[in-house]
Amino acid sequence: MRLSKSWIVASKDFKVFRRKKNVIYTTIAFPLVISILLPVVLQFAGHRSGSSGIPAAELVTLLPSFTFYFLIIAGYVPTTIASYSLVGEKVEKSLEPLLATPTTDGEILLGKGIAAFLPPIAAILGTSAIFMALSDLVTHGRLGYYFFPNLNAGVVFLLMVPLAAVMSVEGNVIISSRVSDVRTAQQLGALMILPFAGIYVGGELGLIDLGSTTNLLIIAGILMTVVVLLLYVAKATFRREEILTKWK
Amino acid sequence: MIETEALTKRFGDLTAVDGVTLRVEEGEVFGFLGPNGAGKTTMVRMLCCLISKTSGRARVAGYEVGNEADSLKIRKLLGLVPDNVGLYDDLSAYDNLDFYGRLYDCTEAQRKENIKRFLDLLGLWEKKDAPAGTFSKGMKQKLAIARALIHDPQVLFMDEPTANLDPESSKTVRDFILDLKKEKRTIFLNTHNLDEAQKICDRIGILNTRIMAMGTPEELERSVGGRKTVVQLEQVSDAVLVALRKLPIGNAVVDGNRLTIDVTDPEKENAAIMDAIVRAGGRVQSATIVGSTLEDAYLKLVRQAK
Repeated sequence: MRLSKSWIVASKDFKVFRRKKNVIYTTIAFPLVISILLPVVLQFAGHRSGSSGIPAAELVTLLPSFTFYFLIIAGYVPTTIASYSLVGEKVEKSLEPLLATPTTDGEILLGKGIAAFLPPIAAILGTSAIFMALSDLVTHGRLGYYFFPNLNAGVVFLLMVPLAAVMSVEGNVIISSRVSDVRTAQQLGALMILPFAGIYVGGELGLIDLGSTTNLLIIAGILMTVVVLLLYVAKATFRREEILTKWK
Repeated sequence: MIETEALTKRFGDLTAVDGVTLRVEEGEVFGFLGPNGAGKTTMVRMLCCLISKTSGRARVAGYEVGNEADSLKIRKLLGLVPDNVGLYDDLSAYDNLDFYGRLYDCTEAQRKENIKRFLDLLGLWEKKDAPAGTFSKGMKQKLAIARALIHDPQVLFMDEPTANLDPESSKTVRDFILDLKKEKRTIFLNTHNLDEAQKICDRIGILNTRIMAMGTPEELERSVGGRKTVVQLEQVSDAVLVALRKLPIGNAVVDGNRLTIDVTDPEKENAAIMDAIVRAGGRVQSATIVGSTLEDAYLKLVRQAK
């Protein structure tokens, strides 16, 4: 496996993405809006009934669960890019000449993975910093301390979010082999958010304690297992002959 | 340069290519003619190590097709112009070529030189910064050819390079292929276009899953059986017909004052035919040798296969 070849493939995709406004919008604007909106909710929620907002005891459970929004974003945003990266090549029928170059299937797949992974992960980590800073700003008065950064947020942002993004990319490779237009790939890829949304809802319903570092590490372990399993399926799907003869 | 031996490809129950044996020499332009679904694209894909063979053997430049270690080496020394151009519409012509140059390990200097050279040759240099998506079909096809040549490949595979092009663009592409031929590159050309095959190819294989015939365009024309001598007379008399029947020649068909005579070697037989006509009192206005065309050969073989 020559990383230089994968990087060439990824660099080309970065150039293509720069010309697609909706990719830029989804990658940057979506997490940015969430990173600002959540602290706004923390600031203004609960004021309608005349109270002084969300009490400190509630904030301590609400803030960790809010970090899971970024996990949901990590499950969705790479899908948008991966759809362009893979189905886009199918639509433009550019896979055949690409596959005829002296690159291996693994190098092309890794290149596509890097292209679909790096921009969203950079955007999500960047906007998560904004989220943490703004949340601290609006909750410090009520909590008396800065809630972020903390160990659990580190586990979510630095371990679970990247794993969710990788899972999203892998899922999209598999979806791409069965669909022939970008929009369908994106719509099906959006289903990748369901497990993460499920975790968030489970936390809100009290089924999972998302404030527990142990629970977060268990979820991360499960994600890691799914990532490894999907990697095998994605590699089996992304084979030259399969792509040219069986991809629809 | 390219050798195959009983090369076969099956997709489930469907046999796409059936026991093809051929040899293409270095610097030769070899053309595959065949109807849709004849296996032309499958052949190219197998030789480019894009899909596996079911059985048989194939070698490109001495490397074994199907051998994992040789696949990358084969792909490095060949260029492919697929039936769909497959360009990146959002990238400029220059960036499309630069991307492929990098994948083929060309240095920056080589890339710059070859991009300029081929875009210039194909009349696209002025448009080098325009997105490929804004190009006409003909320009896209030219860009796809430049892409296949960016690393100066020894072997060039071209799958229907002039399909769907207007006559002017087709001619430009054909002329360019003829220029490449002068550079002694080995070219493997799939085409539906008989005229194109005749003008460009040194040898042609007629493929319909199996090789139906193979040879130079002239050999294929002759293989259909024959040529005809058409003689226009002032009047076709019975005496002329009787005289012709005495000659060891093929059938003679009368159409008004025109005689169409089947001959095998007109250069030798025509003198005797003219002599017999004149001796029988016939007055010859004109005489023409009409050969079977490549189209005749192609249609005959493809119909036979059905």
